[in-house]
Amino acid sequence: MREELIVSGRMNPHIDPHLAIWEWQIPAYLFLGGLAAGILFFAGFYTLRDKQDEYPTAVKLAPIFTPLLLGLGLFFLFLDLKHKLFFWRLYTTIRLESPMSWGAWTLMFITPLSAIWAALHINTLFPRWDWKFDVVKDIVSWFASYKKHMAWIMVILSLILGIYTGILLSAFNARPLWNTSILGPLFLTSGLSTGAAGIILLSKSAKERHHFARIDLGLIAVELFLIVHMFMGFKASTQVQIDAANMFLGGEFTAPFWGLVVGLGLTLPAVLEVLELRKRKVHYAIAPALVLFGGLLFRFILAHAGQMSRWLY
Amino acid sequence: MAVDTKKCVGCSDCVVACQTENNVPIGYCRDWVVEVTNGTYPQLELEHRSERCNHCDNSPCVRCCPTGASHYEAGGIVTVTHNECIGCGACITSCPYDARYTHPEGYVDKCTFCLHRVEKGQQPACVSVCPTKCMYFGDLDDPNSDVSKVVKRRKYKTLIPEAGTKPQLFFLI
Ligand code: SF4
Ligand code: SF4
Repeated sequence: MREELIVSGRMNPHIDPHLAIWEWQIPAYLFLGGLAAGILFFAGFYTLRDKQDEYPTAVKLAPIFTPLLLGLGLFFLFLDLKHKLFFWRLYTTIRLESPMSWGAWTLMFITPLSAIWAALHINTLFPRWDWKFDVVKDIVSWFASYKKHMAWIMVILSLILGIYTGILLSAFNARPLWNTSILGPLFLTSGLSTGAAGIILLSKSAKERHHFARIDLGLIAVELFLIVHMFMGFKASTQVQIDAANMFLGGEFTAPFWGLVVGLGLTLPAVLEVLELRKRKVHYAIAPALVLFGGLLFRFILAHAGQMSRWLY
Repeated sequence: MAVDTKKCVGCSDCVVACQTENNVPIGYCRDWVVEVTNGTYPQLELEHRSERCNHCDNSPCVRCCPTGASHYEAGGIVTVTHNECIGCGACITSCPYDARYTHPEGYVDKCTFCLHRVEKGQQPACVSVCPTKCMYFGDLDDPNSDVSKVVKRRKYKTLIPEAGTKPQLFFLI
């Protein structure tokens, strides 16, 4: 058999033996971004359809948490930076060909927007909330009169944010596992699904929970389809992508990915949601908790495995 | 730059020269030697390559950088402006050759083709110390430069050109 043996003299920290430059901060940031994008999308969407009274958790309660999620996500992104004192350089330019750049800018717009939305609905969480100063009250009611406009912007920005979490990775041609255009839609779907799960967890009305369980079922189906589609694409692609897929088809990520992410984080909650919709007795919180767990683990595994997939030695 | 794999003996002088010239932190390197053994015993073939950043013509590292810290210098050398770099790691992830690393001070660092020497008309440190004189440096747009002359004369390959980055490091074979 013809063989090739490569010995490299390079041993740079975090680069060799395989790339490990992004640790927990980036997948955690992608998870929080996706979750917030999901919640904000549903809030905007049901505001535009005038369903705020039917789905109060989605429109009013859940978005109150999104500024915290996004703030935490930005904080994790900041933690990941190795040259922290210069972080402001991110906001002195916009570079459209760099997903990191336009993603950071999207967050810069959607975070304050989510905070305003939260301020408009803070009474849902704290019924006796009082803004105290008239100026603040005036500002809040001024924004309240533009709610529909804000909902439109929220729907658009949340879709951009959701898809960005995938494009950030898929734009790297150097990492064959990430380099597929399926990753954007896949992360968006997963983000919407975790958003729906968050809403189900917070909702007190069975009717609203069932509505979002139905939505979540659809999203999980799309996700499963995209995952299979992604691996089919890899298997039919170049050697580097075949190798990348093999990490999941017999390689070291097979068990955690198919067992924990696809099994425990997608299939099981889908089964539980069907059972609940059929009025079987299952605690309503189990399925969404599993979806959130699956979404988080999915991003951790993909971020880690992607850095291990490579072109050269 | 061109590297003659037929002449390189894998002594790593280029690596040490670079570390000294550029004050590369201990435990890191901007260039490194790769030893590839090919074939079936007893018909084996050995190749030594002194590798470094390929100063790609279509560099994903420049494209991915959110701040513009990674950029082309006049002449096509790819460098990082230290106090514009936020250390996000996007460029490191985007390089199919893994030619970059994070300097302990936080910014991203890599081979500069010793731009500070080249500007003074000198050769990069690695080229100047090589005991077998296996490296050729110069401007590819100038037909009389060392590198232009040698790639015209000799057969060469680039590493993973299929990654699409248009690498500018030529390995003479
Ligand atoms: S080898 Fe890597 S660091 Fe160097 S120019 Fe190409 S992509 Fe950028
Ligand atoms: S680490 Fe620095 S040079 Fe690299 S992409 Fe980020 S800002 Fe640009």
